Amino acid sequence: MGESLVPIYIMGKRYEVPEGLTIMKALEWAGYQLIRGCGCRGGFCGACATVYRVPGNFRIQVGLACQTPVTPHMTLMQLPYFPVNKAIYDLDKVGSPLETLLQLYPEATRCLGCNTCTSVCPQKLQPMYYVAAALRGDFARAAELSFDCIMCGLCAARCPAQLVPYNIAIFVRRYYSKHMRPKPQHLKDRVAEIRAGLHDQALAGIAAASEEELKKLYLEREFEKL
Amino acid sequence: MGYPIEMQESIRKLEATRAFRLQQEIPRLTPEEKTRLLEQCHPDFRPDGMRSVRVGPNKGQRMQNELVDILEAYSRIDPDRVDLSRIDYDVDVLVVGGGGGGATAALIAHENGARVLLATKLRLGDANTMMAEGGIAAATQPNDSPYLHFLDTIGGGRFQNKRELVWALVHDAPLIVEWLKDLGAMFDTHPNGDLVVSFAGGHCRRRVHSCKDLSGMEFMRVIRDELWNRRVEVLEFSPAVELLLDERGRCAGAILMNLETREHIIVRARAVILATGGIGRLHPNKFPTTNHYGATADGLVIAYRAGARLLHMDAIQYHPTGAAWPEQMLGQLITEALRGNGAQLVNVHGERFINELETRDVTSSAIIREVRDRKNGVRTPTGMEGVWLDTPLIDIRGGVGKLDRMFAGIVHRFREYGIDVHKEPILVFPTQHYQNGGIEIDPEGRTDIPGLFAAGEVAGGVQGRNRLGGNSLVDIFVFGRRAGQAAALFVREGPSPGKLTLEHVRRYHRELAAEGIEKGRVSPLLLPDYTRPEVKERRYS
Repeated sequence: MGESLVPIYIMGKRYEVPEGLTIMKALEWAGYQLIRGCGCRGGFCGACATVYRVPGNFRIQVGLACQTPVTPHMTLMQLPYFPVNKAIYDLDKVGSPLETLLQLYPEATRCLGCNTCTSVCPQKLQPMYYVAAALRGDFARAAELSFDCIMCGLCAARCPAQLVPYNIAIFVRRYYSKHMRPKPQHLKDRVAEIRAGLHDQALAGIAAASEEELKKLYLEREFEKL
Repeated sequence: MGYPIEMQESIRKLEATRAFRLQQEIPRLTPEEKTRLLEQCHPDFRPDGMRSVRVGPNKGQRMQNELVDILEAYSRIDPDRVDLSRIDYDVDVLVVGGGGGGATAALIAHENGARVLLATKLRLGDANTMMAEGGIAAATQPNDSPYLHFLDTIGGGRFQNKRELVWALVHDAPLIVEWLKDLGAMFDTHPNGDLVVSFAGGHCRRRVHSCKDLSGMEFMRVIRDELWNRRVEVLEFSPAVELLLDERGRCAGAILMNLETREHIIVRARAVILATGGIGRLHPNKFPTTNHYGATADGLVIAYRAGARLLHMDAIQYHPTGAAWPEQMLGQLITEALRGNGAQLVNVHGERFINELETRDVTSSAIIREVRDRKNGVRTPTGMEGVWLDTPLIDIRGGVGKLDRMFAGIVHRFREYGIDVHKEPILVFPTQHYQNGGIEIDPEGRTDIPGLFAAGEVAGGVQGRNRLGGNSLVDIFVFGRRAGQAAALFVREGPSPGKLTLEHVRRYHRELAAEGIEKGRVSPLLLPDYTRPEVKERRYS
């Protein structure tokens, strides 16, 4: 990385770190050994939500520490945990999905339409719109719009109506995937065959083959075309 | 930001050959060619990368240096200071590890009537599962069969897999896909509802089922949600630092450490399931890794001290396509599904050099040969070298929109750095990805130690010496379920645990001392340490 050092402020305290490092690597460069606020380090797990400000901009900015490069004079704080309401439900005992959603998360209707959630989402999702779709009963749309959510907590932390958009979304996605999309026939067929033991003989045979035989069969495989 | 000028010149060469490459067939290597390539270029064959371990059940066997370092180390705790009469949790099944394998095992053991505690080092779901992009392999298509899946898996593992484990894997795989679908996982589907399947290297059929390029994340968050719904007890930030045995040598619990208060927690359990994942954060051969922050081989260490045998710990997987640019993404996973859907590997001159659907060990070796031996790598301004992964081919072959539909995560992450993968390729180089071996298990996840089970990456034998793409997600669920069931049964039918002891730790310490290994190094590591030497030097206290 570049040689030049830039000042950043970790929870207000000044450190000089190499330009271009991600916030996470800058924390480690400064000498932190992270326990919280660090997970997959690749933008998937939502452990490293971070809020920061930069000079000349009054707005709070957000990002994942593992994905966001530092900039000079950035003042940052990690938000590794945010307490939220997670409703308990049994996916097999859901009657009307929309009614259930409103029972599980009655606050969903309190959405003010301010769209703050969208402005803070590091995945560039639009939580307000997927919540609205869910409230219209359009679970397919809500599932699609919310799919990339990493449940980092930032939208819940900033929502003035105190919604937890991602917990609403996971209920919607699970209900939609399980109950509103048919189980494919090819999967049902294969599972039935396996349960009936129809593949046992072939597997027993190949598992008992000599290594020479296996190698021969392996070489003779025919490949489906790309 | 995007690509610097000198890299753009090479991109123009890649564009110039694209039409030719679309028609070009590269035959697969013969077994002899494969062997030669692996010996020449695979990092496992570097003579100084491994050494013999001097203690424990695998004494005398060669393993990765970084692993031997932590096996030849003392416990973090002094057995004489631990008060084992003060039991904090008394449960039927203790699951150690909060990734896909552990969460599944906990769910299934709970379903089978066991009182379950799941302890994990970071948060529930902080694991490699969360980062698995490509998907889950299973023979669910009419043109496919568990038989063919068996053949591909065992050939890919260089015929060293334990056959009864492969049998279990491919037999259960379609059942697992159904189980995940019933849990509400949002699989990619065709308009008629059939599941979309893609190729991965070494599979002779399309059989990798995906949820966009966030497959592992989707499975993990669904299973985690279900664990929460069932109110299974979970202890986060509480890694296991030692197993507990009873006086008859059965596993009877574990000592956990609260990472934040450094207090220890004694758990008595009638069965323990280890699902602690892999080794990537030890950085074998100094490679970058795709792995999660917590992948420090803790489970291997504590099981080994308790007397469990390890298998194939000299076989490490390097994923062919780790990001090599931008620097901020160095070593991060670029899913194999891109190659499975037609993206090609291309050198600095715009030429292909390997069939992209060879197994990972072979493909990685071919990239290393192309860069290191043949000097055909593309160099970045920071001195890193790699080869191109020609992603625009995916939309060219599959129609505009396919990249956005199936690889939104990749598109998004590169866009952040000014790279448009619809139009520009990605620079890649092999990165450490997986430990092929692990604690030896049987098809029910049982280890050599009664009462100790293992599932997922920490376990060995399923994948032989090289795992195929898509076979890890299926592994963790198949063996997570089997271990969960077997542990619950063991609890119901097995004898009650006796008196808790750490005698095995004392014995291991004596063995270390007898080999002249000095005190000072302790394990498990728990967290990787990326502190700069300049900072460490000035920690005077």
